[in-house]
Amino acid sequence: MSAKAPQLRDAVLLDGIPIKPVYTPEDQAGFDYARKLGNPGEYPFTRGIHPSMYRARVWTMRQYVGFGTPSETNARFKYLMAHGQDALNVAFDLPTQLGLDSADPRAEGEVGRVGMAVDSLADMEEAFDGIPLDRVSVSLTINSMAAIIQAMYLVVAERQGVAWDRIVTTPQNDILKEFIARGTWVYPVEPSLRLVADLAEFCAREAPRVNPISVCGYHIREAGCTPAQEMAYGLAIVAAYIERLLARGLDIDAFAPRLSFNFTCWGRLFEEIAKFRAGRRLYARMLRERFGARDPRSMMLRTLIGGGGSGFTVEEPENNLIRGAYYALAAALAGAQTMALPTYDEAYTIPSPKAQLLALRTMQICAEETGVTDTADPLAGSYFVEALTDAMEAKILEELAGLERLGGIVEAVKSGAIQAEVARQAYLFEQKLLSGEYPKVGVNRHVAPEAERQARPDLELYAFDPKAARAQVAKLERLRRERDHAAVARALARLRDEARGAANLLPAILEAVRAYATLGEMAGALGEVFGEHKEPLVF
Amino acid sequence: MADRPLKVLIAKPGLDGHDRGAKVVAHALRDAGCEVIYTGLKRGVEEIVQEAIQEDADVIGLSILSGAHLTLCQKLLDRLRAAEAEIPVVVGGTIPATDAEALLAMGVQHVFPTGTHLPEIVAYFRGLAPAETGGRP
Repeated sequence: MSAKAPQLRDAVLLDGIPIKPVYTPEDQAGFDYARKLGNPGEYPFTRGIHPSMYRARVWTMRQYVGFGTPSETNARFKYLMAHGQDALNVAFDLPTQLGLDSADPRAEGEVGRVGMAVDSLADMEEAFDGIPLDRVSVSLTINSMAAIIQAMYLVVAERQGVAWDRIVTTPQNDILKEFIARGTWVYPVEPSLRLVADLAEFCAREAPRVNPISVCGYHIREAGCTPAQEMAYGLAIVAAYIERLLARGLDIDAFAPRLSFNFTCWGRLFEEIAKFRAGRRLYARMLRERFGARDPRSMMLRTLIGGGGSGFTVEEPENNLIRGAYYALAAALAGAQTMALPTYDEAYTIPSPKAQLLALRTMQICAEETGVTDTADPLAGSYFVEALTDAMEAKILEELAGLERLGGIVEAVKSGAIQAEVARQAYLFEQKLLSGEYPKVGVNRHVAPEAERQARPDLELYAFDPKAARAQVAKLERLRRERDHAAVARALARLRDEARGAANLLPAILEAVRAYATLGEMAGALGEVFGEHKEPLVF
Repeated sequence: MADRPLKVLIAKPGLDGHDRGAKVVAHALRDAGCEVIYTGLKRGVEEIVQEAIQEDADVIGLSILSGAHLTLCQKLLDRLRAAEAEIPVVVGGTIPATDAEALLAMGVQHVFPTGTHLPEIVAYFRGLAPAETGGRP
């Protein structure tokens, strides 16, 4: 040959999978459609969980919302509902997520900061005032306190006259990922797992439309793990919860259809799409073969796909709007049931209303203008996408085998081995960013001149109002004076007693909630029995 | 006293559970030859000050992403002064530019807002001399 072959750049995915310059029918030799894919809506659900996917119903758009006080949150919910958002996602402040009352000294400076402060049932009543709970679907981003917050929601429904079997909520209730990544753990691992199972079991029996656990690979990926690890850890975590629920005598098909997931999709478009296709296939097989599910709905990996704030940059924040549009496309092609996008300003501030609206519009444009919703799993049969789906499946299985060598996910959490691996991956990724091996426009490619980088971006910063925190504390003090003290004391004594035993804690929690015991009092009563988690310090 | 590596206490005060940044910085400083102690999550400012004194840390690095940096840093600096401990404090996290100015005015030595590149952080720490050693070579 006279002409020299062109020098091709390397293309390797975050999980180390090399990408070929071209894929051909040879990459699909012996491809078994029924075994590997099946039609959409059919086992093993590689192509999606519904037969016609978005032709029947487009994904739910659910932005993460939470503002200082219950009344502000209430107003924001009503605003979003008026703009066509059909589901709500509640953010709670850190004291609430950790079971501290707003008046607790440890809560100083944090009350109402990153979400809504909830001290008692009264706050949840205010937040959902005028919002009919049988007509909305609400995601509650709460974990160690999930049983208590969900109990409050059940009592709000009760008082609106809405039957428990009519309400649809998704409490996150995934404590294992909190130990690995997000950090809002309170109690040691075992009693924490008991609370997860208590809530899931209670809902399976009493509030069957509640999705009692949303397993989050998302936060572990945000903390640094790779895409295949994100899916593998999500699958291992859900298996740990399933084992505990089966041990309580529940039938797999009585609760598995209500399990759901939360994953991210930032990064390489096709790696992400393949991750979800492989994940659905693996989940379906696990549920059928390992856990004996018979109901196809038990085998469906239903997921929220959220953009992934760690794909966004501080540099040139408007670029994040463009990234968000690609993440929405990835989530759509990956078959999301629910979608949420981070806002372009989130490295700087609690999102502005404008940024929130732009995120919602991004998803609406993707859904209604691009045609991506016209047919189910449009990438099926692509030589590349099918090969990559197989490669991701192999990687995910490799990661699952690695977890087994660590003694399983629960042991790996207790020892800190998994936390150390996630931190190691975060460090590796940082080095890839620094070397430019992982490209980021405005960060390591096409970097703006120094003067432009120094200019402060034109963003509307959220003005935190300390008065709101003081008002919250005053409200709490008033509640403490006015409630029935004997009823509170009785309910808390019962909660302490039952925590020592093995019975499901939800009935005792509900009694305490109805008596207006505070979140801090309930969490404290449990803490007296359960103790506190000791974090394995590894990095 | 012979030359010794810089001893850094990396701490997560307050309730914020996002520790990716803290761990990445801890890792990078360790690779750069510093002795790094990481406190773990949800530490009270009193605990952090006590640990810094007991460990004879040369510098305290705080990581705060919850927005509570002004409250937490003021409390920590007050405790350090009350304990008459002259340990410099640096802060990283989601910190708006106006707040960074307020933190510096308060007595924080340096602020690394989100997006700061790792080599810049490492270079800053390398420039700090371990206490009572007569400086670095």
